[in-house]
Parts: sequence; C-alpha cells; structure tokens
Amino acid sequence: MIVNVERSTRTSRISTAVFCVAIVVLVSAPAWAGRGQLSMLVEFFYYLALAELWNLLAGYAGVISLGAQGFIGLGGYALFFFTLNMGWHPLFALIAAGVVGLVVAVPAAAVMLRLHGAYLAIATWVLAEVARLGFSEMTSLGAGSGISLGVASVRHVELPFVSRDGIFFLLALLFAILTVALSYLLLCSKYGLALKSVRDNETSARSSGVNSYGLKLGVFVASSAGMALIGALIYLTKLRISPAAAFDANWTSNIIFIVIIGGIGTLEGPIIGTIVFFVLRQYLSDLGSWYLIILGGLAVVVMLKMPRGLWGAFSHRFDVRLFPTRRRLVLGNPDKVRPPSGDAGKTELAVNPGDPS
Amino acid sequence: MTLLETNGLSACYGDFQALFGIDFEVDEGETVAVLGANGAGKSTFLNVIAGNVPVAKEQLQFDGVPMGGARACEMVARGVTLVPEGRRLFSSLTVEENLMMGAYGGAKGYWTLDKVYALFPKLKERRKQPATQMSGGEQQMAAIGRGLMANPRLLMCDELSLGLAPIIIAEIYETLATVRDRGLTLIIVEQNVQQAMKFAQRAYCFLEGRVSLHGASSELTREQVAKAYFGV
Amino acid sequence: MLNTILDAVIQGILLGGLYGLYAAGLSLVFGIMRLVNIAHGDFIVLAAFFVIAFQKFLSIGSPFTALLVVVPLMFIFGYVLQRFVLNQVVGDDILRPVLVTFGLSVITQNGLLQAFSADSRKLNGGIIEVSSFTLPGGIIVGVFPLIMLGACLATIGALQWMLFHTRMGVAFRATSDDTMAAGLMGVNTRHLFSIATGVVMVTVAIASVFTGIRATFYPTSGSDCLLFAFEAVIIGGLGSLWGTLLGGMILAISQSLGSRISPAWQLQAGHLVFLIVLLMRPQGLFPRRLD
Repeated sequence: MIVNVERSTRTSRISTAVFCVAIVVLVSAPAWAGRGQLSMLVEFFYYLALAELWNLLAGYAGVISLGAQGFIGLGGYALFFFTLNMGWHPLFALIAAGVVGLVVAVPAAAVMLRLHGAYLAIATWVLAEVARLGFSEMTSLGAGSGISLGVASVRHVELPFVSRDGIFFLLALLFAILTVALSYLLLCSKYGLALKSVRDNETSARSSGVNSYGLKLGVFVASSAGMALIGALIYLTKLRISPAAAFDANWTSNIIFIVIIGGIGTLEGPIIGTIVFFVLRQYLSDLGSWYLIILGGLAVVVMLKMPRGLWGAFSHRFDVRLFPTRRRLVLGNPDKVRPPSGDAGKTELAVNPGDPS
Repeated sequence: MTLLETNGLSACYGDFQALFGIDFEVDEGETVAVLGANGAGKSTFLNVIAGNVPVAKEQLQFDGVPMGGARACEMVARGVTLVPEGRRLFSSLTVEENLMMGAYGGAKGYWTLDKVYALFPKLKERRKQPATQMSGGEQQMAAIGRGLMANPRLLMCDELSLGLAPIIIAEIYETLATVRDRGLTLIIVEQNVQQAMKFAQRAYCFLEGRVSLHGASSELTREQVAKAYFGV
Repeated sequence: MLNTILDAVIQGILLGGLYGLYAAGLSLVFGIMRLVNIAHGDFIVLAAFFVIAFQKFLSIGSPFTALLVVVPLMFIFGYVLQRFVLNQVVGDDILRPVLVTFGLSVITQNGLLQAFSADSRKLNGGIIEVSSFTLPGGIIVGVFPLIMLGACLATIGALQWMLFHTRMGVAFRATSDDTMAAGLMGVNTRHLFSIATGVVMVTVAIASVFTGIRATFYPTSGSDCLLFAFEAVIIGGLGSLWGTLLGGMILAISQSLGSRISPAWQLQAGHLVFLIVLLMRPQGLFPRRLD
C-alpha cells in the first residue's frame, strides 16, 4: 500500500493557470489602463494585500488586530522621514520603512501577546493610538496638520516606458501577489500545519510540541511589518500624510469588512472581499454614513449567519479550493499507482478536516 | 410508576457518537445504579437527562412527558437535578451561597437550608467559608446538599466517590441512604461497583455507549457484572 | 509645583470614578459571559444622544431628569441586544464576538452621525457646572466633579451590593464561575445574560449623563470611552469592581498629570501607564482571581 500526501486538485490546477494569465494581463496594465483606472487598481491591490495580512493574523494565528492603522501609519511616516528628512530615493525609503515596521513589530508583539482574545484586540488599538499621538507631536514631520511629499522627491521614481503611476501600480500588484504567495507558502509548510493546529485547539497543539507563542509572535511580526511596508507604498502614492489620515481607524474597519465578507481563514476570501468592497463603494459611497452603516450591518449579519464568509460558504458547500493548503492522504495500490489526474476516483482522507475557520 | 424512561436514546458530541440506543427506566422511589468503565458513556447519559446534551424529543420521557432536548433549566423546573461529576461547586461563593443557588430554579418542599444542615452538620460549621476551600468529602456533601435544595423528584449523582477516601465514601453513602429511604428517586453513576450494588435496587452496566447488562442488584452475580463492565 | 501635582491628582481622583464606572460595565459582562463588547463606549455616547433627544422632545430641563426615561430605555435596549444578537456569539470562539461587536460599533457611530450630524454636543448640567469651592491650600474643587464621583461610587456600590446581597447577584456570580453548573441550578442563562447586559446598559446611561456634561462629545467619541474603560480594567485587574475603580483612578490621575505637561500628553500618559502595567503585571494591580 502506497500512501501519498497531496495538495493540488484539478480545480486548483485550473485556477493556477487562470491566475497566471490574469497576472500577465495585469502586468501590462500600465500600457493600456488610464490614470484613473490605474489609481483604482493600485488601491484594489493594496487593500487586498492588507486584507491578506490581517487575515493571516486573525484567521490563522487567531489574533485579532484592531490597530492595523498603527503600522500602516508608521510605514507611511517612516517613508516620509527617509525621503524628506534623509533625502533617500523613495523606493529605497520604501524598503527601509518596511524594516522599521519589522523592528517596531518585535517588541510590540511581545507586549501585546501578554493578553488574549478581545483584550489583545483592544490593546492593539491602544498601540495605534500611541503612534497617532506620537506622530502628531513630531514637528519635523508636520505634527498635527501633516506634510507633503513634493513632486520633486518622487521625480526619480520612473523607468523607461513606465510612468510613475505605472511603477506604483506594479509595486502594489507585486505586494498583493507576494502577500498571497507568501501566505500560501507558509500555510503549506510545517509552520502552516502547526498554525492550523493551534487554531483548532491550542492546548492539544502545545502538548504535541507546537510552540504556539513563537508561531503567533512570528505571524504578528510578519503581518505588522508587511502592513508597514504597504502603508509606506500607500502614502508614497498619496504624496501627503497626516496623523488623522494615516492612523484613521477606518483602515481597520475596511480591512475587517473585506475579510469578514470574503471569508476569514481562507486565502481566497480576501480576494472576493476586496472585490465586493470596491463594488459596494462604487455604488453606495454617495450615501455617506448610510454606506458605513450598511457595511457594518453586513459584517454583523455575515458573522452571525454565515461566519465563513462568501468564499468560505461556497468552498465548504462545493468543496473547492483555489489555493489548496489542505493535505490529503491518498491510499493507492502499488500496481496501479498513477499520477493524480482528477478529484474523483481515489481513496482519500483529508488530514486537516478543520475547515476554513 | 415509571418516573423516567429512555427509548433508543442516542447522543452525540459533535461528530462523535457517545450513546447508541439506550433503553432505560426508573420508577418513582427506586434507586438505580449505572456502572461502567471510563468512557462508557455514563456521565454523558446523566448529562443528557439533565439537559446538557440534546437528543430527539421522544427518546427521553419524564413523568410520561417527552422531554428530549429540553434545556437544563427546564429539567430543573420539572424536578430533575444533577450532582455533577467533580462537584463543580461555585468557587467564588460561600457554602451557604452554593446551597442557596441549589434552590434557585427548584421547588419548595421538605429540603430547606436547615434540613440540609441537619443532614450534613459539617456544612453548617463552614457555612460562610468559600465552598472550594473545604476537603473533598465536605465538598461532595455540599454538592449533594445543593442538589437537594431544589427539592427534586429525581436526583442524579455522578461519581460521588471520585477522589475520596473509603471512610468518607461510606459516610456519604450512609447519609444518602437516609435520603433514599425518604422516597426520593435516585440514579447514581459509580465506578465503585460494590458500593453501588449495595446501595441500589437495580443496576445497569454501560459498555462503549450501550447497555451491556441490567437487572436487580440482588440477582446479578459478580462474574456477570465483570463481564459486562469490561466486555470480555 | 507641589500644588500643581496635588491639584492634578485630585482632579484625577474626581474623574477616576467615571472611568471606573465605564470599566465596571465592561468588566461585569466579561465576568459573567466572557464577552467584551467593543461597542461599549459607543453605547455610552448613544445614551448621551438619547438624553439630548428626550430633553428636546419632552422639553425636559435637566439631563438628570431625562435619565428617568433613558435608564429604562437603555435597560430594554441592552436586554434585547443580548437576547437576540449577542447570545448567538457567546461561547468559546474568539473571533465572532469581537467582530460582531466591532460591527455594532461601526453601525452605532455612523447611525449617530447620520441622525445627529457630526457637530459637537454637550449636556447642560446647570448651576452645578460652574459652582466650586476652595480647599485649604488654594486648590479649587468643582461641585460637578464631586457629584460625579459620588454618583459613580454610589452606582458601583449598588452593583456590588446587588452582586452579594440579592438572589440575582448570586446567580450572576455563580454563572461567572461555572456557566454549565449554573444551568444545573435552573438558571436560564439566555435570560440571565440579557438581564446582565440590561443592568450594564443602566450603568452606561448613568455614565453618559456625566460624560456629556463634563465635556463636549461627538458621535465618534465612543472609541475613547472604550479605550479608557479597557485600560482601567487592565490596570485595575479583573474580578473585582473596586479593583477596576482603582484602575480607573490611576488612569485618570496619569492623564491629569500628563495634561500638566502638554495637551497631547494627557492621553499619551494614560496609554503609557497602561503599557507599563501590561508589561510588568499583566494580571493587573488588584486582581481577585485569574480568569
């Protein structure tokens, strides 16, 4: 009896092909998309990236952050500092901002993880507030009223044949692809398996030797550093930063909305959620506060009635996964073993029966 | 007169099935023991009757009324009280407050605070102390007293002897005998087979979620029970 | 200098009662059903807006009189919210309660923005707002802050009395210890949880009047209230209302001392004290038991 552990399914192989085509099309966007369209795509991809990172932390490590804006703003301000006050090339400053996020995230995570559950969540909010108040006092970065990045500073951001907006778009696309890819790779690794076991039952996981604290710390740090990097990109594209905007709690609300509607604890969920978010925003944003009331109401209803979100419910019902992280044990007869060709016709046991969330 | 009966009772914890078609009955005034090894389903069975585990409505009948799936508070209102495994006294409440909680959802009747103190004088000494600071035996007495305060028609005791010294176990069963002799219907889950058979008129033996043996205590032999207990 | 510090400490103590009251509500609900309501602060603001609305529509002169209507209203609101919405998320899952109450927070803030606009508001406390007396040493103590402290202490005291001397209160504490065993006593947990949230909304209503008189507020002010409540709970420690009250006072005193340095340091000082306590003694300064 031969036993194999497999991951890919026919559906996932098809979708991988589709995604590759889509990426090729998107990469060429600076050539055919207008400025407004590019701008919207930039926003789409940075929200997607932020949502994937938040989802990794909440859906897989079980840590809810209500203070995503803390690291987004930190990244933004770090970028402005390195570009304006230090005179560095903006793209170099971008990387440096990510490093700053990483360095700050380590002690922040260590302190935050002394709490659990909802108290941990609120503590992350406090941390974001500390950042907001701190940067409001920095006169070298505009204090309370904020500061602008003159066009002169970003003049170097260009490549032959690609405009500055095009570069920003490609960076946003790159970050989105990276967050999805890295999350996928993490979940496929042994750390991913460990994370899922912690999510299902932390005590059992720990008694199996899983270092749940170390895992959570690692994910918290990676997620926060990633958000700082993305925050730096966001404010590079906006060319202006202020404490009220950079540390706005709405960053977190929007991200949470995207992840809840799309499907928490799935890689595909944030993609669906970002699409829904943009569609709703397109049609409802002139309703002012009603738009946010509807978003909030939707989030509550989804959490009560369909906690897996849109993708989670679909995936559960039809057993479809585009990014297969579930490991299947395949039992095969040694005489008849052939490479996997489809979803049906095999004896298989799903090794992690834990469904998304 | 049958007070409680189950017909083909099956119960699950999530995906895991714990009980498979249990047929059980106890008459008013009777004392019945439920025996079996760890994991046989005895505690699950009591929890089902108490209202903590949902089952199909018709599978459980109390006083002729189908009660399967009823919530714990409803069962208490009907007169079914469980003294749970491990006592589960309220740790931030005093002994007296624990006893008062026993009366919360129950009925008025013979058992009052004074009557319970008369039954368990040691509790009266410690009435104002935090309940979980007493010895194991005293805690068990408090748990039983708490159950009595509801003036139940059916009292269920889950593993009274757990973690207690034999002399304390004997003392508790002696006291419980006076309760039994007052006519209260009792179901006791016990791992101590000898104690259980001495105390109860009839006994059921559970094995892996099924009834493996039942009959009058006086008629069941040790060999029969041992076989049914271990399934050999 | 010493006078400034003393003055700051006294103002902090006077304000600390209010923070303690915010925190008591949060702490009570967490104790009984392990639920933290992210919208707690927003409900304080909601109640303050109810006061404004009823003062206007019923031509009531004093916000305190409006409480006669707002308190029962908030009780019913809390009961219904718990019974039909929050009871569905009480349990072991961490994600659902936080995300649902976060959604409620967004709905409440934006609902208030929609209904009342983003203008700043303030409740009129009447003559007590401007009265004051002077302590020996030249420190001025306002009558209103003193009444506020008294009312908050009285409310926390009443809660404490209820918990230890009423049948319902004992049931709350029992359910907080062991929910399953409480069910075995005949406690209808669905109803009990709803009563608890109703009671907490009563404390929220009382707190709202003082919050509204004390300073201007906006539909978005609830976030600050939540953070102060939460910090007070963490500094004071879980499990005891008086511990939470002390936590509120320490927070308020820190903020008060911070404000003497600069306006920005007012909030920041509180946050820093919170972080220090979290770092050095995460169970809080006066915990009664570990949760």
